[in-house]
Amino acid sequence: MSATIVALKPEAAEPVVAAESKTVAPPSSKAETAPVAGKARQRIMNILRSITLAVLPPIVGLAFFILIWVGISMVAPALPGPAKTWVSAVELFSDPFYQNGPNDQGIGWNILNSLQRVGTGFGMAALIGIPLGFVLGRFKFVNDMASPIISLLRPVSPLAWLPIGLLVFKAADPAAIWVIFISSIWPLVINTAMGVSKVPQDYLNVARVLNLSEWKIATKIMLPSAMPYILTGIRLSIGVAWLVIVAAEMLTGGVGLGFWVWDEWNNLNVEHILIAIFVVGIVGLLLEQALLLLAKRFNY
Amino acid sequence: MEKYVSLEYVDMVFSGRQGKFCALRDVNLSINQGEFVSVIGHSGCGKSTVLNLIAGLLMPTDGVMLCAGREIAGPGPERAVVFQNHSLLPWLTCFDNIYLAVERVFGSTEDKPSLKKRTHEALALVGLTHSEMKYPNEISGGMKQRVGIARALAMEPKVLLMDEPFGALDALTRAHLQDELLGIVQRTGSTVVMVTHDVDEAVLLSDRIVMMTNGPAATVGEILAVDLPRPRSRLELAENPHYHHLRGEVLRFLYQREAKAA
Repeated sequence: MSATIVALKPEAAEPVVAAESKTVAPPSSKAETAPVAGKARQRIMNILRSITLAVLPPIVGLAFFILIWVGISMVAPALPGPAKTWVSAVELFSDPFYQNGPNDQGIGWNILNSLQRVGTGFGMAALIGIPLGFVLGRFKFVNDMASPIISLLRPVSPLAWLPIGLLVFKAADPAAIWVIFISSIWPLVINTAMGVSKVPQDYLNVARVLNLSEWKIATKIMLPSAMPYILTGIRLSIGVAWLVIVAAEMLTGGVGLGFWVWDEWNNLNVEHILIAIFVVGIVGLLLEQALLLLAKRFNY
Repeated sequence: MEKYVSLEYVDMVFSGRQGKFCALRDVNLSINQGEFVSVIGHSGCGKSTVLNLIAGLLMPTDGVMLCAGREIAGPGPERAVVFQNHSLLPWLTCFDNIYLAVERVFGSTEDKPSLKKRTHEALALVGLTHSEMKYPNEISGGMKQRVGIARALAMEPKVLLMDEPFGALDALTRAHLQDELLGIVQRTGSTVVMVTHDVDEAVLLSDRIVMMTNGPAATVGEILAVDLPRPRSRLELAENPHYHHLRGEVLRFLYQREAKAA
């Protein structure tokens, strides 16, 4: 683009300054040859610089983090340092899917079991929360009806719901899923309702002029228009669910990252607790990034 | 020619946070079938309100509105609207935007191939067959507005309502679309009500120009019959003394009788 501009400019200027063409010619020929060689080099430099600027800060940050970790582990010898944790992690991940009875299973099984609980709890929350949010956003009366209850229940700590789950389901596993469900449903309901109530008036006017049926309005106008909000709700909701699962599993037991952390605490295997923290963080990060990628697709 | 759309003693009062605001008072207007009527006036004179009333998007606080002998009780596809900001749904392709309207109007009586044919015809009418699979944010402003016009025309409305349809476009695109609209209206014989603030546009396109007084409590000030022969051509009109006379009439109304400080 910029190369064509450079090439065009002298031509366009020529008729205007035809009388002084001799004085114009030298700079124009220089402008065509010199930057072409220089430009390629400059472009490579620019790419290199942008890569460096993108990669360098996280690496420096990570280095600082590890340095501080080493420092703390030197002051408090009970806390294993990075090297010790790394060795332990390599050993742990070399056989992720072994099974030695219900209380001693590979890290892979723990991750998969936690993910499955989150998936089930979140899935049910989405199945109920998104349609519920839709109705709340569409009908003001229902919204006014539900909003005091939602405001009351939303700030309750997720674990406060655990005894209710244990009472009703009389088993640990459904109770953990119940906790995931109840704590991840609120962002879904609230964001969906917000998205539906914020559908631009322009689109609603189109719907009114076309006299679309309520079903068509919901599927062709409201849902696509609210999609970015709903996806934000899903992202927040999965974030909460992943946050809560460790705590819920610590209390309910079984196979899963939370229970594993507690088990390793009882074994005083601090390396494994640190590994669990990293695993929880990395899985959460991956979930978040995957959903962000999905959200980009729906950005009109 | 029969009276097709009529507004009789229509009042429009908006109740806002600062109390009541009377936008329109005693608006009387009748439009014949096949007629092209422009509504012109300074900004804030309620000309868009008139259009929204005919569209049924607003209900008048007083007065009677009829379309084809029936009272206007709400919006409906027989009064299609071309919105100022095109209002295409960004998640549908140009084809699907029009198809949504076609399906709504003709879906109960016609089969799918016939609905698709109608959609293709509408796109061809505005010369956009080649971009039917594009999304609205992939085409230019002028093309978007053409899709908006195609969507409205595809519904075969009794009345086509246009709210400053070319207001957001640059002068060259605007002139091009005006010429296109002139041809389309000539071919289809549509009844059109267009809101505009562009004097040239009003004189070029209209059979009559409704000039609104300034608000609040705006009403119809004068109605100017544009008796220029059709088909009209922008270039020929540029040298037509009668065209300049009519143009002068509108300007005199806007800048002398209803002069407004910015």
